Amino acid sequence: MFWSSILLALRAIRRNLMRSFLTILGIVIGVGAVITMVTLGNGATRAVSDQIASLGSNLVMVRPGKRLGPGRDEAGSPNFKAGDAEVIAAQIGSLDAVAPVANKSVTVVYAAHNWSTAVTGSTDAYFAVGNWRLADGRVFTEAEQRAGKAVCVIGATVRKELFGDQPPVGGELRIKNFACEVIGLLQSKGQSAMGMDQDDTIVMPLRTLQRRLTGSQDVNTLMVSVQDGGNTDQVMADLRSLMRERRKIAANEDDNFSILDTRQIADAITGTTKVMTMLLGAVAAVSLLVGGIGIMNIMLVSVTERTREIGIRLAIGALEREVLLQFLVEAVALSSLGGIVGIALATLASVGLAGIMQVPYLFDPAINLVSFLFSAAIGVLFGYFPARRAARLDPIEALRHE
Amino acid sequence: MNATVERTAPESGPLIELREVTKVYGQGPAAFPALRGVDLRIDAGDFVAIMGPSGSGKSTAMNILGCLDSPTSGAYLFRDAHVEKLTRNQRALLRRHDLGFVFQGFNLLARTTALENVELPLIYRGEPRAARPAKAREALDAVGLRQWEQHTSAELSGGQQQRVAIARAIVTNPTILLADEPTGNLDSQRSHEIMDLLVALNRDRGITVLMVTHEPDMARYAKRVVRFVDGRVDSDRHNGEKR
Ligand SMILES: Nc1ncnc2c1ncn2[C@@H]1O[C@H](COP(=O)(O)OP(=O)(O)OP(=O)(O)O)[C@@H](O)[C@H]1O
Ligand SMILES: [Mg+2]
Repeated sequence: MFWSSILLALRAIRRNLMRSFLTILGIVIGVGAVITMVTLGNGATRAVSDQIASLGSNLVMVRPGKRLGPGRDEAGSPNFKAGDAEVIAAQIGSLDAVAPVANKSVTVVYAAHNWSTAVTGSTDAYFAVGNWRLADGRVFTEAEQRAGKAVCVIGATVRKELFGDQPPVGGELRIKNFACEVIGLLQSKGQSAMGMDQDDTIVMPLRTLQRRLTGSQDVNTLMVSVQDGGNTDQVMADLRSLMRERRKIAANEDDNFSILDTRQIADAITGTTKVMTMLLGAVAAVSLLVGGIGIMNIMLVSVTERTREIGIRLAIGALEREVLLQFLVEAVALSSLGGIVGIALATLASVGLAGIMQVPYLFDPAINLVSFLFSAAIGVLFGYFPARRAARLDPIEALRHE
Repeated sequence: MNATVERTAPESGPLIELREVTKVYGQGPAAFPALRGVDLRIDAGDFVAIMGPSGSGKSTAMNILGCLDSPTSGAYLFRDAHVEKLTRNQRALLRRHDLGFVFQGFNLLARTTALENVELPLIYRGEPRAARPAKAREALDAVGLRQWEQHTSAELSGGQQQRVAIARAIVTNPTILLADEPTGNLDSQRSHEIMDLLVALNRDRGITVLMVTHEPDMARYAKRVVRFVDGRVDSDRHNGEKR
């Protein structure tokens, strides 16, 4: 009985090729869209968190102004001084390194090439704090920092734009009105979580930047890295009271600086990408639903013919359960075929698009399973249940259906 | 079957029997009594023609006899078993093993070849796959459609569809063949051929034949003619009896 039901179901599929094709198509589109969107969203989330990890795990940033992000209030929030970094390093325990950071956008010239980039002025602690490794050369020495020597370490993008394939170490860049010797090349880090090119950078001693480029003693950011196993919360609390004291903030006044650790930043950004993934997933779920409605329409349009067919089968001696098994097999076969093709296409599309978008391809078994089951459910719901209603009629009533 | 089922007749009783069968279509003021108390006994091996004006309830009675419809009241006995007390599955098995039905409106599967249509009842009877095509072809041969076996219903004329329907009904070698106007769409030569076929099935295989017809010419092939008028049996006589 089981085999004959399968035979009859296959014959029915062959007989109604167009209907079968449209049913499969609806499921393929729905399942394919959901899986592709969610897989890419997951890949993007992973890419973002990987990049955040590359920032260094236990990084705390102190910046002037009350909070990070748009609408940040900088009025009445003075910048820091290099001395702040020294005091922090001296007074707060369980720190790896403290780097004062100041930035300036400049145009850099080497031979016939020029390139606009951001120059960071800091101490050698910057490389430890920022998780930077050298590809070539060296970082600046104590003496160079104290003297404000015109030396710099460049990122991979700057190297590519100015030096091409040539070794940069030993070359002399022209930055504004002074010449600066390249002493080191940083290993590439790629894009940051915000989509910025982290390799498009030049690092020089803080004093050099202050004297020759900004002309002020200001420091924009203090970057603090906490020792492995150090208590980041404690460090942040200590930083806060120390900075309030140094900036002479009265007890009833708010902070005029903000302290963030990478985990907070990471949470904020991965939170955003997760919301994006959910949004994409929701859009895709709509397409799954639309596919389902398409299937429903096809089934409803053919319900008269199917009801009559069921009447004929009952009239020539089919049992109710044989008719039902046939329609169940047909529904399950069509929707699983649609589901499998959808999963295959989604895998191809996700791998391809992940390559183009430069995010990792992550196979998500849950979403594959869920959309497969959903497609099967749609097929069974719209293919099987109308059939069940018809199969419970007297044969003559099914045959009279209009 | 349960013990309350009455066994009224001994072994020699009729094959099928209708007792005071009524059928009312619709409800309330729109209710229409299509059968108003039909009594009918048909013995195994009989060949009965049912005649009567249009709307007199012939098809309604055939549907009840074919277990396709249930009577509103009355009893339908098949080999002394009360059909109206059987379960749906039991009635389906009765249709599968004992009944062959030819519909007034053919009721073939759409987009399905003649051969597959005729094979269908064999599939439900669990005939082995290898034996099915040969049996189906034999039935198609009997109705003169052997060379049309690969044509779908839409590619066949009304008369050809009617003959496919007949082939489908006889392929299982049923105990009873119920045919609702089996020659309604055929020219007179084809009609006589089909009648010869029914006579042969009745005579050689012992199939009990019950057919509805409007044509006295066709009714003459039967052993017995039953006339329906207004949902009742008006007359019931053996062919050759004086009117
Ligand atoms: N499903 C139905 N609902 C309501 N009335 C019906 C239904 N089927 C048949 N009837 C009515 O029952 C009566 C008997 O119908 P039936 O089909 O049995 O007639 P018939 O003798 O076969 O006629 P014909 O020779 O035209 O085929 C008719 O008056 C018809 O209108
Ligand atoms: Mg009729």
